Amino acid sequence: MLRKSVLPRIVLIVGCALFALPFYFMFVSAVKTGTEASLAPPTLFPHTFAWSNFADAVSYIPFFLYALNSLIITVGATIGAVLSNTLIAYGFSRIRWPGRNIVFYVCLATVFLPYPVVLVALFDIFGKLPSFGIQGARSWVDTFLPLIVPVFGNPFYIFLMRQFMMGIPRELSDASRVDGASELQTFWHVILPLTKPAVVVVAILAAVAAWNEFLLPLLYLQSNEKYPLAVGLAFYTQEHDVLYNLLMAASTLIVLPIVVMFLLFQRFFIEGITVGGVKG
Amino acid sequence: MAAAAPALTRSRRPRLGALERRNLRWGLLFISPWLFGFLALSVFPILYTFFLSFTRYSGIRPPVIIGLTNYERIATDPLFWKSAYNTLFYTALAVPIGVLMAMILAVAMNQKLREVGIYRAILYLPSILPVFAISLIFIYLLNPAYGMVNALLGLAGLPSPNWLGDPTYARISLVLIAQLGAGQWALVFLAGLRGIPIELYESAEIDGAGAWTKFRRITLPLMTPVILYDIIIGLSLGLQVFTSAFILTGGGGGRGGGAGPDNALLTYVYYLYKQAFQFGQMGYAAALSVVLFVVSLVLAGAVFRWARGWVFYEAEDA
Repeated sequence: MLRKSVLPRIVLIVGCALFALPFYFMFVSAVKTGTEASLAPPTLFPHTFAWSNFADAVSYIPFFLYALNSLIITVGATIGAVLSNTLIAYGFSRIRWPGRNIVFYVCLATVFLPYPVVLVALFDIFGKLPSFGIQGARSWVDTFLPLIVPVFGNPFYIFLMRQFMMGIPRELSDASRVDGASELQTFWHVILPLTKPAVVVVAILAAVAAWNEFLLPLLYLQSNEKYPLAVGLAFYTQEHDVLYNLLMAASTLIVLPIVVMFLLFQRFFIEGITVGGVKG
Repeated sequence: MAAAAPALTRSRRPRLGALERRNLRWGLLFISPWLFGFLALSVFPILYTFFLSFTRYSGIRPPVIIGLTNYERIATDPLFWKSAYNTLFYTALAVPIGVLMAMILAVAMNQKLREVGIYRAILYLPSILPVFAISLIFIYLLNPAYGMVNALLGLAGLPSPNWLGDPTYARISLVLIAQLGAGQWALVFLAGLRGIPIELYESAEIDGAGAWTKFRRITLPLMTPVILYDIIIGLSLGLQVFTSAFILTGGGGGRGGGAGPDNALLTYVYYLYKQAFQFGQMGYAAALSVVLFVVSLVLAGAVFRWARGWVFYEAEDA
C-alpha cells in the first residue's frame, strides 16, 4: 500500500509546488525593499521585510477607489446573476412546457459562441442605449451596466441550477399548486429555499468571474475614476515606470479577497466544479 | 412519472390544452431573462456584426457599405495571418497539454491519499485567480535579469531564455501561464474518475489486469466524454485568448498594430481589439469577428465529428 501511493504523492507535491511558486514569489517580492526587488539574480527569501510596500502600493494608485468600483460591479453582477439564473433554471426544470428541451439545448449551445465575436456589435449597441444619466454618461458606454447586465443569462449557471432543481421531488410543486399557489409563489416559497446550495455556488462563481473580468471593463469604461482594479492597475503599469515590489504588493491585495473567499467557501467552489462550472 | 401528453395526435397543428397553454406562458415568462439576452445580446449582435463587416465604420459617422472590401483586406493583411498563427499555435499547445495535466493530476488525486484535500486546494486555487493579476506577476517572474523563472532554471543548470523578448518563447509563455488554470479541469476529471464503478476495476483485477491495462481499457474509455468536454471548451477559450497577451505587452505594442517581439504576442482577439478600439476600424474588426465566428463553429463541428470515432457513450438514462 505504501509503495502504491508514493508515485501519486510525488506527482502531486511537484504539481502543487509548481502551482504555488508563482504566488510565493509574488508574496516575497511584495515585501522586498526596492533595491532587493531589483537584484539579479533575485533572492529566494527577503532579507528585510518591507511591509510598508502595501501602504505604498495603495497610495501610489487610487487603490481604494478602484477596489470600490470592482466591488460595486461584482455585487451588481452577482445579484443579477443569482436572481435571473434561478428564474431561468426554474423555467427550464420545474414547469413542463412544449418545446422546453429544444430551447434548453439552444441555451446550452450558446456556450460555443466565443464572446469576442459580438464585441464590436455590442459595443456599438451599448453606445446607442440611453443610460438616463447613470454615472454621468450619455449611453451605456462608460457605465457599469454592460459589465453587469449581460451576466443575467449564463448557460453554465443555468445548467448548474437546473440540475439541482431537477433533483427536487415533483410532488412538492404539485402540492403547492393544489394549495392554490401561483407559479411565482411556488418558486419563491417552495423551490428557492431548497435551492440555497446551488444559489451559493452560482453567487460565488459569478462574483469571482466579475472580480476577475478584464476585457469588458477595458472596453466599456473610459473615465479613470470608474476603473475597477483590473483595468486601473494594468493602465497604471503601462503609464509609469513600474516598481516591481509595489506591483507585486498590489497584485497580492487583488488576489487576497479571492483566496479568502476560497478558504471560506471551498466546498461550494468544488461543488460548482463537479457540476461543470467553468470560468467564462 | 407524470402522464405524457394526453394524446399524441398526428394532426398537423397539435392543439394545446389549457394546462399546457398555462405552462407555456409561465415557462416562457420564467426564462424570459435568458430569451431576451439571447435575442438582444447574441442573435441580434451576430446579425449586426455580419452587416458591419460589409461596411466602413468608425463608430461615429454612419456605416458606409463597401461590399467585400474588408474581407479582401483580411486575405492580404500580414498581421491577420500572424495573429491567426499565434492563436492557433497557442490553442494547439494549450489544449492537449491542459488535458494531459488534468488527467495526470486527477489520476494521482484519485489514489485515496489522506491529505488529498490539501493538494486539491493548492491545485485549484490558481485557476480562480484573475488572469490579469497572474500575468502581471509573470512580467516580473519572466524578466531575464530579476525574474525567478530564469534564476531557478539557472540553479537547475538549464538555459535561461529571454522569455518575453524571443518570439517563440513569448508564445510559449502564454501557454505556460494558461496552465495555472489546469487545477480546475483536474477537479472536473477527478469527478469523472470517481463516477467510474469500482466493480469494473475489481473484475479486471480478477482477470489479472495491471495498472496500465486498467487505465487503458477502463479509465480512458469512460473518461472520453469528459476529455471531449475539456477539448471543446479549451478550444473555444483558446481562440479567445487576450488578457495575458495584453498584459504581457503592456497593452500598447507597436504603432502598426503589432504586439510583442516579432508580433508573437498579437493574439487574434488582441488584433481584433486593436482594430476596433485603438484604430476605430469597426467595419474591419466586424469582418475579423465574422471570421472568428465561422472558424470557431467549424473547429467545434470538426472536433465533434472526430470525437464520434473515440468518445465512448454509456447507455444513458434519459
